[in-house]
Amino acid sequence: MNSVTTSPLAADRLTIAFGGIKAVNDVSFTVRPGEIFAIIGPNGAGKTTLFNLLSGIYAPRDGRVLLGGEDVTGEAPHQLARRGLSRTFQNLQIFLRMSAAENVMVGRHLHEKRNVFAHLLALPSVCRQNKETRARAEALLERVGLGNLSSRPASALPYGALKRLEIARALATEPKVLLLDEPAAGCNAVETRELEAIIRGIARDGIAVVLVEHDMRLVMDLSDRIHVLANGRTLAEGTAAEVRANPAVIEAYLGVAGVQEAARAGD
Amino acid sequence: MGNALTKLIENRYAAILTIAAIVLVLPFIVPSTFYLRIATLTFIFALAVLGLNLLMGFAGQVSLGHAGFFGVGAYAVAIGPTHLGVPSWAALPAGAVIAALIAFIVGRPILKLKGHYLAVATLGMGLLIGMVFTNEARWTGGPDGMPVARLVLFGWIARGPQTWYWISGVTLALGALLATNLIASPTGRAFRAIHDSEVAATVLGVDVARYKLIVFILSAVYAAVAGAYLALFDGLVTPGTAGFLRSIEFVTMAVLGGLGSVFGSVVGAAVLTVLPQVLTVFHDYETIALGAIMIAFMIFLRSGVVPSLAALIGRRTP
Repeated sequence: MNSVTTSPLAADRLTIAFGGIKAVNDVSFTVRPGEIFAIIGPNGAGKTTLFNLLSGIYAPRDGRVLLGGEDVTGEAPHQLARRGLSRTFQNLQIFLRMSAAENVMVGRHLHEKRNVFAHLLALPSVCRQNKETRARAEALLERVGLGNLSSRPASALPYGALKRLEIARALATEPKVLLLDEPAAGCNAVETRELEAIIRGIARDGIAVVLVEHDMRLVMDLSDRIHVLANGRTLAEGTAAEVRANPAVIEAYLGVAGVQEAARAGD
Repeated sequence: MGNALTKLIENRYAAILTIAAIVLVLPFIVPSTFYLRIATLTFIFALAVLGLNLLMGFAGQVSLGHAGFFGVGAYAVAIGPTHLGVPSWAALPAGAVIAALIAFIVGRPILKLKGHYLAVATLGMGLLIGMVFTNEARWTGGPDGMPVARLVLFGWIARGPQTWYWISGVTLALGALLATNLIASPTGRAFRAIHDSEVAATVLGVDVARYKLIVFILSAVYAAVAGAYLALFDGLVTPGTAGFLRSIEFVTMAVLGGLGSVFGSVVGAAVLTVLPQVLTVFHDYETIALGAIMIAFMIFLRSGVVPSLAALIGRRTP
């Protein structure tokens, strides 16, 4: 239990049902600071639902979510953001009417003074803050390799860039825990390698990274530990080597997808 | 030249400079006070549309009931001096505060609704407010409306198109300045984030319900001030001031001029205020001509006059 109280993020027997089907069923895990923790499983295993539970978009039917040892179950996403949890989305959620830099600037919201009257009057302090926010946003875009695109409208960026834009935006909140929902989906080999470096860098800064990803090579390379879901339930948890050697995992998941993955890797 | 034009269009404060320039120059080029009267009406409606544009164009929340807030401002400056002994200059901000309070109370439950459902709920709110103006005849004069006392400031009486031209023009420029400031601030970014993706805004720490309420209240205040100006300018207020058609007119002005464009609010208000005057030459076919022109506007300038033209100029210049 001690590890739970010091963990940046822990799930404790999380369960949620939709129309009688338990999409996530009795799932528990504990993430360590600075760790890269992957959640894998076949399509429909409940990975994205689990992310929505962890980030407060859904409230669980049973179980708890703990952030830094505190029970935060049922808190709204913006409250969890204040506690240091941020995320990206599998199906992109970009602010398409804003520039790339402005997208990231929204991520600074919690760190900005939010006095509407000062904003209406554009007091000098607000202008100073705006400059500071923009500078930070541009530094973050630089960090994810989008430094030269900061003034572009987000709607004009290619898919791979938008994926990274979401990461930069989430990092702008200065999270302790970052949930990445399929960051490599739709990326080519070069982009995936760059992404790997970005994610390693984030973890090196002490941020716990929780990753849902289908690219098995990326998951195996990157993850300190892997949590395997199938039909909403925990199948296994361990290091890449442990999970790969687990017969239940091979049967339920790698047995099919692993062969395909190997074939794709051979292309 | 083209490049400079693009830069000017992209500059946030270009809209305000343009508005200020128009306000300053217009009195020297129009031939009679009749035109000043039209311009004054345009400025007053533009002020309300500007507030509505913050709500609809920037935060992406629709309202079909803003004439209700407009009416609250109008009736405040009518009822205050007549029934309560409150002078107009005090009744005007009081009306804005009452509109803000109504927006606060009504906004909390209905801003949870989205899209069409929010549209219908705001429509209901507008109708309810309008019904109060029609039925509380003892206070409001009922369906016939009531006269509005002139605005008196330090013994100086504000009357006539010339005076109200300047009051409404300066207020519009100020309103545009405040809106432009807000849009470029953390609050404005929160509005725009909510418009594009509520779920992304909330996981980044934006309290979506709170910011929807803030923009709803702000837009109500813009509408109330505009309503008070119209009542003081006309010297008369009727339930039609706050009627359903007025709400639709505001939305049409915002969409026609350009959602998400400060200057578009002014253009939208100008088009729908000036056109009916121009189209009187068509006599019986006036309404048909107006409808046809509006349809043509939306087909050929589908993001609204200002954004569409800005995009066109932006594309032409390398």
